[in-house]
Amino acid sequence: MNFDKELDARGLNCPLPILRAKKALGEVGSGQVLKILSTDPGSVKDFAAFAKQTGNELLSTAEAGGEFTFFMKKK
Amino acid sequence: MDTKKMAIIATKGTLDWAYPPFILASTAAALGYETQIFFTFYGLQLVRKDLSVLKVSPLGNPGMPMKMPFGPKWFKSINWNMPNAIQSLIPGYENVATALMKQTIANNGVATIPDLRELCQEAEVKFIACQMTVELFGFEHSDFIDGLEYGGAATFFEFAGETDICLFI
Repeated sequence: MNFDKELDARGLNCPLPILRAKKALGEVGSGQVLKILSTDPGSVKDFAAFAKQTGNELLSTAEAGGEFTFFMKKK
Repeated sequence: MDTKKMAIIATKGTLDWAYPPFILASTAAALGYETQIFFTFYGLQLVRKDLSVLKVSPLGNPGMPMKMPFGPKWFKSINWNMPNAIQSLIPGYENVATALMKQTIANNGVATIPDLRELCQEAEVKFIACQMTVELFGFEHSDFIDGLEYGGAATFFEFAGETDICLFI
């Protein structure tokens, strides 16, 4: 998937992946896509909840070898 | 849509209990909440300039696992339960427990309290310190970080009365 910015939140634990994502979303324009890498298993539910509450769209969630990849489109 | 609001009363002054208010406030801010924390009684320690005052004590805290943050896996999994009477006799026991806790925090990619507090401030979480407890405990305003407001219960209610979430920690 195409993306405009990448955030490496691997090794970080709650609530840092969300806080960093919020900051990174502030640095892209509306409609642009942020790719997020995380190793926090809690981040799967957290990013879904974050998207639901902020109106940013979670385009996809994938897991491979304990690593999670999210694509989020800025509102 | 109106902006959602959250108010927290932070009353605990230990390293472990410093986490919930700052984690929740920073996350709320990231979710777009207007957020305020009212620091009172021991919670005032969380807004001191010098955060090294924050310690964790396993004494009288049966819920706290005492595990080593280093060594092989079998060693790390041992829970070093120690009777309260012995803990209380060992000088510096709290300092050792605090150092081990800080190492465990770093090992797990958990943010430090100074970092979380700064993230809250960057996200414009409003900090209010209870003026009454500042005086009660003999603190000076110079003991605390900049950007604090000082007020009392009525100040808290002014904002808390309009919130969607209000927590006592």
